[in-house]
Amino acid sequence: MQAHQRMLDPTPNGLHSGESPLLQTLGLTKRYGDFLANDSIDIDIWPKEIHALLGENGAGKSTLVKAIYGLIQPSAGEIRWQGQPIVLSGPSEARSRGIGMVFQHFSLFDNLTVAENVALGLDGKESFKDMSARLEQVSKTYGLPLDPRREVWQLSVGERQRIEIVRALMQDPKFLILDEPTAVLTPQEADQLFIVLERLKAEGRAVLYISHKLEEVKRLCDTATILRGGKKVETCNPRLETAASLARMMVGGEIKEVKAPAGRKTTVPRLVVNDLSLAPGEAHGVRLEHISFELKGGEILGIAGVAGNGQDELFAALSGERLSKDPGTVVIEGIAAGHLSITQRRKLGAAFVPEERLGHGTAPRMKLSENALLTGHAASGMVNHGFIDTAATLKTVDRATETFDVRKAKRDPEAASLSGGNLQKFIVGREILRNPAVLVVSQPTWGVDAGAAAVIRQALLDLATAGAAVLVTSQDLDELAEIADRIAVMFHGRLSAPLATSEATREKLGLLMGGSSLEPKEAAHAIGA
Amino acid sequence: MELIEAIILAVLAASTPLLIAATGELVTERSGVLNLGVEGMMIVGAACGFAGAWLTGSILVGAFFGIVAGTLMSLVFALMALGLAVNQVATGLALTILGIGLSGLIGAGFVGERITPAVHLYIPGLTDIPLIGRVLFGEDGFVYFSVALIVGVWWFLYRTRAGLILRACGDNHVSAHALGYPVLRIRTFAVMFGGACAGLAGAYLPLAYTPFFIPGMTAGRGWIALALVVFASWRPGRLVIGAYLFGAVTILQLHAQGWGVGIPSQFMSALPYLATVIVLVLLSRARTGGSTAPAALGTVFVPDR
Repeated sequence: MQAHQRMLDPTPNGLHSGESPLLQTLGLTKRYGDFLANDSIDIDIWPKEIHALLGENGAGKSTLVKAIYGLIQPSAGEIRWQGQPIVLSGPSEARSRGIGMVFQHFSLFDNLTVAENVALGLDGKESFKDMSARLEQVSKTYGLPLDPRREVWQLSVGERQRIEIVRALMQDPKFLILDEPTAVLTPQEADQLFIVLERLKAEGRAVLYISHKLEEVKRLCDTATILRGGKKVETCNPRLETAASLARMMVGGEIKEVKAPAGRKTTVPRLVVNDLSLAPGEAHGVRLEHISFELKGGEILGIAGVAGNGQDELFAALSGERLSKDPGTVVIEGIAAGHLSITQRRKLGAAFVPEERLGHGTAPRMKLSENALLTGHAASGMVNHGFIDTAATLKTVDRATETFDVRKAKRDPEAASLSGGNLQKFIVGREILRNPAVLVVSQPTWGVDAGAAAVIRQALLDLATAGAAVLVTSQDLDELAEIADRIAVMFHGRLSAPLATSEATREKLGLLMGGSSLEPKEAAHAIGA
Repeated sequence: MELIEAIILAVLAASTPLLIAATGELVTERSGVLNLGVEGMMIVGAACGFAGAWLTGSILVGAFFGIVAGTLMSLVFALMALGLAVNQVATGLALTILGIGLSGLIGAGFVGERITPAVHLYIPGLTDIPLIGRVLFGEDGFVYFSVALIVGVWWFLYRTRAGLILRACGDNHVSAHALGYPVLRIRTFAVMFGGACAGLAGAYLPLAYTPFFIPGMTAGRGWIALALVVFASWRPGRLVIGAYLFGAVTILQLHAQGWGVGIPSQFMSALPYLATVIVLVLLSRARTGGSTAPAALGTVFVPDR
């Protein structure tokens, strides 16, 4: 197990500030049945270091940090803390030793207050009143303002992350793990986070920073460890690498470049939204307010914005999951459709790909052919006088498999058995094969590996070239820059006027995502503030 | 005057088992577990409670038997719903069916027997005050205990760290687990507390309410206790109001029949449930955000290891 060769540390030991690494894993292995989530991983974390952990989804990043934080027990290997081997019985022991963690999916309690949430992350040795006082003090010191009395459901995503960070900082950790912290932040909020992290580093703490945003890692991190398929590929200095070389190490090969086909022409408006306003359907929902846009055939419109600003509600209003009282608010192919059901909208030529693959995009325990039928029954000839044409459903699966390179164990497996990337290729493929006039797709490549993401983006571009109107909602600004012709931003249920992609700089989009206006006067004010 | 006092006394007596059972279920549900087996745990508590009191002649021992019986029943539920992650609704319903059968078996030998019911408090002077004397100072121990219980539960949930952790498990068990709290162990304790309360509430019926045991004597009170928790929107304060309101409806129903009021008794029996539906509708309309029910209520949790 220990026989493999150890990678060279890019920084010679003499240059590290401490005597020994703060935390080391030696041959750390985690096995789930036959599957090796972590295959003898060695990693050294030094004090005063921001260490990036890079890798695609499924590379084993989360498993590794869960083991370091004591949430799972490694199957083999050793964790050393300040040179001493340790066995962590659970997160509270990790915390008491000085290891803090900020989760990607926040571990917060929506119906409890900020102060109660913070208290739950501490060991409870101080009184609630003292804790609240210290909370305000820590949040002020690090420039992370929080109101301890508010309940979490009332807060924005950025504020929720602040709770997580403050909660971790209140334990005065020597070592802080952050799991994809900027995935949900605007570029400006991310910049503020970097200031906090630089400060932690200056205070002598170590940070393990999980991300797949390579530019960010190059800017912020001193060291990067790259994982692929559960194994460590390399430890390097990200500042000496290029984004492309890091990506190659993550993927283990070149990524196919996405190319916009030549000769794309915009035609008639195929999807028009007129002054759409809609009250939220659930307790924590967002009200859509006066949303208007026009999307022509051959065009891709991108919708950017921090999650939870009404993108889900807009998707539901466009797909017909929620109906509008006024039919004219949503016009598909020239026909007022605001009051029409999902099936009726599909018959008009629209197709929809929701964000959540399992449970919304597909029924997880049903076969792919059955899932093909679920969205294709109205307009794809899979139903014959009320009976299912099984051969036709299987043919749809085969066509999607061939066209979009869906990898699966057998011809017609359950949807849940596919990996995220392959399932997403299947879902997008299923809709594109119906030759839709309008495709509304939400987070097309969220949590999808780089290879599959390239296939999906190319497919969207090809669909637009064939004359369809494509609406893409995404939190990934790079993705929108790559495929969209125009980009609009959603904030608090309102949609900004679309900008041509060539004019939509990160800075402008960031301001819009934070709720500022691009009017010259107000923009200046926003920068001054 | 005498009649009003009698009615108030009857309402208190009818409300007490509802309050005790619902207090236990409130704690269970606040931890995120929906145990629909309250009726089953109550009826077994009633049978065992009567058996204990009849065999030893002590009401206290009877009450203890009821508590133990309810707790054991709830452990069956915890084993299935928490240990084996079986669907909670199905397990709870099965527990009720099991409880009804089991209580018939246990209680079969005791049908027709009588015991001396629990004694009522008597403080010379105070208890003799007209109208309020017997209401405040002339109750049996169960009534005072039920009030202390709900106050204690309120204090526990909102003023102690353990209560905060329990509420956190009910709000989001994934987060609670990620922070290192033993979600299943906490929930098991909450389920056991719920079972103990249900067992005691059941034992109250043959020990204080009527001094004999008959099969099926809980007569749907477990279901009313469940509705009561929803009616109270999982808050201890509202639970007290609800329990006495529902108790009053039960008594009103008896008196209405006695006075020959032309309302079908079935309609009166349905009133608590109708009230629960109306309260739920009003609450969801008045709500500005957040969730009234524990967000993780009734969902299965399997920690990854």
